[in-house]
Amino acid sequence: MSVTATDVAVLDDPPTPAAAGRARFRFLRGGKTRTGLLILAFFVILAVAGPWLAPYDPDAMSDQLLQPPSSAHWFGTTQTGQDVLSQILVGTRGVLFVGFLAGILATVLSVLIGVSAGFLGGAADEILSMLSNIFLVIPGLPLIIIIASFVEDTGDLLIAAVIALTSWAWGARVLRAQTLSLRRRDYVEAARATGESTWRIILFEVMPNLTAVIASGFVGTVIFAVLSEITLAFIGVADISHWNWGTVLFWAQSNQALAQGAWWWFVPAGLCIALLGTALSLINFGIDEFVNPRLRTATGSSRKVRMRVGFTPVARTTAPEKTAPGFTPVARTTASAAPGPAEEPESPGTPSKEHSA
Amino acid sequence: MTAEPILTISGLNVDYGTGTSGVRALRDIDLTLHRGEVLGLAGESGSGKSTLAYAVTRLLSPPGVITGGDVHYHRPGGESVDILSLTPDELRAFRWQELSIVFQGAMNSLNPVHTVHSQLTDVLTAHRPGMRAAERTARAEELLNLVGISADRLAAYPHQLSGGMRQRVMIAMALALEPEIVIMDEPTTALDVVMQRQILRKLVELRERLSFSVVFITHDISLLIEFSDRIAIMYGGRIVEQAGAAEIYRDPRHPYSEGLLHSFPALHGPRRELTGIPGSPPHLSAMPAGCAFHPRCGKAFEPCSQRVPVLAAPDAGQDREVACWLHH
Amino acid sequence: MKYILQRIAFYAITAWAAITINFLIPRLMPGDPVEALISRYQGQLDTSAIASLQALFGLEENASIWSQYTDYWSHLLDGDLGLSFTFFPTPVGEVISQSLPWTLALVGITTLISFLLGTGIGVYSGWRRGSWLDGLLPVTTFISAIPYFWLGLIAIAVFAVKWQIFPAAGGYDNSLVPAFDWPFVSSALYHGVLPGVTIVLSAIAGWILGMRNMMVTVSSEDYVMVAQAKGLSERRVMFSYAARNAVLPNISGFALSLGFIVGGTLLVEMVFSYPGIGYQLFQAVGAKDYPLMQGVFLIITLSVLAANLLADMAYALLDPRTRKEA
Repeated sequence: MSVTATDVAVLDDPPTPAAAGRARFRFLRGGKTRTGLLILAFFVILAVAGPWLAPYDPDAMSDQLLQPPSSAHWFGTTQTGQDVLSQILVGTRGVLFVGFLAGILATVLSVLIGVSAGFLGGAADEILSMLSNIFLVIPGLPLIIIIASFVEDTGDLLIAAVIALTSWAWGARVLRAQTLSLRRRDYVEAARATGESTWRIILFEVMPNLTAVIASGFVGTVIFAVLSEITLAFIGVADISHWNWGTVLFWAQSNQALAQGAWWWFVPAGLCIALLGTALSLINFGIDEFVNPRLRTATGSSRKVRMRVGFTPVARTTAPEKTAPGFTPVARTTASAAPGPAEEPESPGTPSKEHSA
Repeated sequence: MTAEPILTISGLNVDYGTGTSGVRALRDIDLTLHRGEVLGLAGESGSGKSTLAYAVTRLLSPPGVITGGDVHYHRPGGESVDILSLTPDELRAFRWQELSIVFQGAMNSLNPVHTVHSQLTDVLTAHRPGMRAAERTARAEELLNLVGISADRLAAYPHQLSGGMRQRVMIAMALALEPEIVIMDEPTTALDVVMQRQILRKLVELRERLSFSVVFITHDISLLIEFSDRIAIMYGGRIVEQAGAAEIYRDPRHPYSEGLLHSFPALHGPRRELTGIPGSPPHLSAMPAGCAFHPRCGKAFEPCSQRVPVLAAPDAGQDREVACWLHH
Repeated sequence: MKYILQRIAFYAITAWAAITINFLIPRLMPGDPVEALISRYQGQLDTSAIASLQALFGLEENASIWSQYTDYWSHLLDGDLGLSFTFFPTPVGEVISQSLPWTLALVGITTLISFLLGTGIGVYSGWRRGSWLDGLLPVTTFISAIPYFWLGLIAIAVFAVKWQIFPAAGGYDNSLVPAFDWPFVSSALYHGVLPGVTIVLSAIAGWILGMRNMMVTVSSEDYVMVAQAKGLSERRVMFSYAARNAVLPNISGFALSLGFIVGGTLLVEMVFSYPGIGYQLFQAVGAKDYPLMQGVFLIITLSVLAANLLADMAYALLDPRTRKEA
């Protein structure tokens, strides 16, 4: 979990209430976010259709023992002849279900606690902030392992609930900070002065402006939940009769797949986790850049000129077309007297570097 | 006062962003700062006055780009430096040595994790390699005394100083190398009125002693009239009028200058009616055709929305310029 | 000083909360898994061991919850965490004290390396935006999304099974007797390379991304512009002005991420059968050794709190604003 700029920078350019209504989900528009959403959509489809797409029954054994990937078994087979691809496909549903359920539960908790703390202030704030700070420093994974191993029936629902219970604090902390800054804004003060009820103000004046932050917290929790859930399955705490990517890794590990060189048994599951995690991180980077505009990479569609803090580039030939009357283009012999790095040989119209954050 | 120029800006254009998403922030700026004078730059926020100050020193933050024009600095000997062609190392040597800046918003201009001492002396370390540590400290003490702060505040961190003190530290810092030009970007906006006047007095006094030239930027034109020799008024990224301070005050030619004058109470002299200017300044990406001010101008007539007026002397032989169709 | 005292008070409260959670978990859960275990070991447990397990796991049927709580505390303060079932009849405290140094060394060294290295790379890539370093960012994002333990599995598959450069398991060569001499220390270092590199590789991405974003944010602060206007050298502006301020949130982030990192390293220990407390926790989970599990959780939490306190002290040293009322 890295420090996100969202945590540090309070909304630089707060949307006004009117603008927020129109463009509430504007933060989902950047290139990074779109790539992330696309990959996520792919996994969601797998989660829904996985059991039908799976070429074999994931539990069915066969005489094809420990086979490397082939046209019959794209991801190879296990020691008992089960099809790894089918296990992954069927397991996607459990991963996403727990991830999203935990994400939703934790987000509800963090909104309740964070927004109340930020808005109510005073003693309520002190207590709620203390509570979230305590949950923030207590290491989550060991706690989840302990709770889960005390429970006899470790179904998906219970795992999701335990993960949610230990992972709401980060979001609550960020939301509290944002709410505090929103609370002092003019339109909130105005709503208070006109005697609107506290809950009405929170619901209609404050919450709409927190959408991006809430979304970022949600995505962050889903990442954490997916990792925790897979870890629990991997160490055998969660119900191993229920397929998910962690279960695949659990069986691979307990059957010495490593020592036998059966890389196909544990590589696909790990790559799926990493790909899903990357997709979710990309979505969050997009949201971060929305919340903190300083992080945005390129401003124009072409990047002929290298921007650098403290040394404004001089590019005398890249005058925009829409010159005003009376504007004389300066055509000095040197195309660019820009100091430092020379021009990049990028033609205009090249997609901007979306991945530079 | 001699009319020898120290900084000449000609045809300067600045864009924010490049390519299709770029917007032009400064258009065809021609301006000359003379040795020893205080040149005031006035205009509403968004008129381009701060952009101009930062473009001259190549300090504009991304996505600012200088897209045309020239900026020349004239050394006392007569040698001229083309600022826009300097390499980063030459630019570093030029900065603060010849031209320093007192920034807007002193609250964030000081590095919060270093002491005043460290921030006053690092500029000496950079530009005066031969200076010894004790000499640097002595100079830092001297500078603080210059702006009326006792030397024991050298060990203080920025958060331990009041807003006024911080701004005075910034001024002391700007004078550390005795530069030829000091640009002051809204140096007193964040302060209360009493503190404002105190600091401006100090500046006037220091300028008389150290004889540097000043570019003084503020939206408060009454301050400018009191403290500057000449005033340039900006609107929509252009200079719309420039003349001596007294002339602007007595006889503003551009309707926008007139509007500005009626937006602030005069500090001295007879009271006049405060009327303000209707409407708000245009956005950079939606600059009106013709004279940018015409939609808000009470005196607009037919050519105003068609063609851009050129900055020129309204009457032959006068040392003032205005860009308005009323005067051409 | 006031700041540090406030932090100490906060950690004391957090430690109390963690201990209380530990007290409540077995009491809130349905069923009595511990009781079953105790009865299984009935003949081998002496009465004082039974009493301590009962106090720790809430099996004193007639006692009120409050007297259970005070009992629990008195056992903890005596350092009595019960008996481990996996290593029966070794006390939990002893099992942990044998494995804790391994974890502290592994986690301490790797966390420090990844923090310093990641922060350094983050400083450069945030300062020189658009340089080749930006090309690494998608890779970093991808690596940071990989679970620590899976990277460990891959490392074993490649460097221990396929090429057999490094050992696949353990903390030292089993033929050696643990002692502070060169053969043992070098063997421990050799065994630590693969788990260590795994942790550094997994953890570093977060630091790079966090520091990069902070550098970008801080670079547009006024004081950085002032530093450029002063004509200071690039090094001075970059380190003394930009990075020096950008690192502050990264240090408070360090404290908060620690719990997360520790969770990941526990898993790495499991994968490498590294003799630290993570591996003990793994064995305890497998054997349903509840006293050991709870003991490990307590020790991990207390260590994380101590590390947090150290990070806070570093923060107080680096940020003069926390020394306001000193």
